[in-house]
Amino acid sequence: MTYTPDRSQYPARKADGTLDIDLTSGKYLKLWQGPNHPGITGNMSVELTVCGDEVVEGRTHVGYLHRGFEKLMERRTFIQCFPIVCRICVPEPDFNEYCYAAAVEELAGIQAPERANWIRALILEMGRLNSYMMYLGGQAGALGQGVIGQWTTYVRDLMLDRFEELTGARIYHMFILPGGVRDGLPEGFERRMDETLREVETTLQDVYDVMFCNAVFKKRTVGVGVIDPSWLDEYGVTGPNARAAGVAKDVRKDQPYLVYPQLEFEPVIGHDSDIYTRADVRRRDVLVSVDLIRQILARMPKDGPLMAPTPNVLHWKIPRGETYIRGECSRGEYGYYLVTDGSGYPRRVNVRGPSYTHAMALLERMIVNVNISDVAALMVSLHTYPPEIER
Amino acid sequence: MRELHTRLKNLFPLGEFTEQRPDLAFLTVPKEHLRALLAHLRDREGFTHLVLLTAVDWLEDGRFQLTYLLCDRSKRRDLGLRVFIPREAAAMESIHEVWPTAATYQRELREMFGIDFPGSPRLHDDFILEGWNDIPPYRRDFDTLKYANDSYNQRPGRETRDPATHMKQQLYPGGR
Repeated sequence: MTYTPDRSQYPARKADGTLDIDLTSGKYLKLWQGPNHPGITGNMSVELTVCGDEVVEGRTHVGYLHRGFEKLMERRTFIQCFPIVCRICVPEPDFNEYCYAAAVEELAGIQAPERANWIRALILEMGRLNSYMMYLGGQAGALGQGVIGQWTTYVRDLMLDRFEELTGARIYHMFILPGGVRDGLPEGFERRMDETLREVETTLQDVYDVMFCNAVFKKRTVGVGVIDPSWLDEYGVTGPNARAAGVAKDVRKDQPYLVYPQLEFEPVIGHDSDIYTRADVRRRDVLVSVDLIRQILARMPKDGPLMAPTPNVLHWKIPRGETYIRGECSRGEYGYYLVTDGSGYPRRVNVRGPSYTHAMALLERMIVNVNISDVAALMVSLHTYPPEIER
Repeated sequence: MRELHTRLKNLFPLGEFTEQRPDLAFLTVPKEHLRALLAHLRDREGFTHLVLLTAVDWLEDGRFQLTYLLCDRSKRRDLGLRVFIPREAAAMESIHEVWPTAATYQRELREMFGIDFPGSPRLHDDFILEGWNDIPPYRRDFDTLKYANDSYNQRPGRETRDPATHMKQQLYPGGR
């Protein structure tokens, strides 16, 4: 007869619902994973209470890189906010630029030109691809496969070259301005992008062979870190974390923006909702991005205006109003809530990053009863970026 | 959205309704009816996803605006609920029992805006401001520039310019 204890009942709870953990009993140990730890996704930490090698409680601690972006923006003109917003998410900054620009445009009554919308979609897909590449390296690294990170960093670097020739910058592109985009595609960009995409596909096949077909990777990720589909609404789970649970939540399809209604693609979904499925959904999503970039380059208008006329940005006042703009970033729903009061400054900017709910409430719920050696893989599998938690 | 507003108006006393886009509207709700309305929207109208919860400081009116943004994915629409509460002794009913994830938002609002949410789990666990004894920093009357000048030393050689004046001098040196 197999011994199958109900781990959800462990440890015991007090009458008020809090966990009955007596640290002086010698049975439990407090252990900090992070803020400097190879298995942590950036500047955050998880305060673990362990019993043996089992986590009984985990608490996320953030605040290591709080720069008060939202408050900073209240003191800056609308155009001065533009170089700030991209800093809110380092590996995929373009969504901040797009959401902020689109929110300002909506409240100011500006319509971005069609060609600019195609270039915006191109940039967002390039950023998504880069972000997934960073994730794949991190996910494999959390389970000891260091080489995958080197391969994915290689193709990410190629994509950064494409970013550099398109925008002039590798990390913070500052390309999507309120009103449009700064420039069109350089000469020969399509050909070089095609070479890069071929390299991405080849590398991704290697990653699949070495990482996803690896027995150790499978053993350690299949059936581990399951997100129950009923948690999706409770915890505001979006993006690949939700799609791996079988729910096709994808803002690109649900509430299409930019040129996505004109593009052909289907959201990638999985069913098992474990670490392996989430990694696989993201791997397949890279191929969707590759396909979307090819579609965009083939179908985008080759000429036309890139910027709509905007007022003098130094004296730009926007009427009182509020709006919310969202996009589907590599981690889920990314959104900007912008409130204006008729002055030349935003009254309030609130950034809704998917990591906010994934790394705080969801992780704290998922981490209970997990083996301590799986904590790193589990938290990386949620694909969280701390800067968007503390804006 | 107007149809939804009409239905809700028959059930709850509601304030101003603003249709921002065909798929996004904002609705002002009296404080005491918020929780019932949220539960109604979640269970009966399909707004199952709490997108965000945040505050806007209307200092000149002496009140905070709390915005609860909900999404109904099946009908592709969003509804923002605005609740106005006085800035003095700001407090609001917690909604962590309707959406567990709201507890995180409420923690942040307590820390950054000083809005109390009695009963919300771990409300006094600070994200960052351990030992903070000034007014909550995201309030409009907290002057970040003054705080920075008081707390940190200026690095020699740094200059601060008003962008509008500076650009005017750059573009029109003759003072046109």
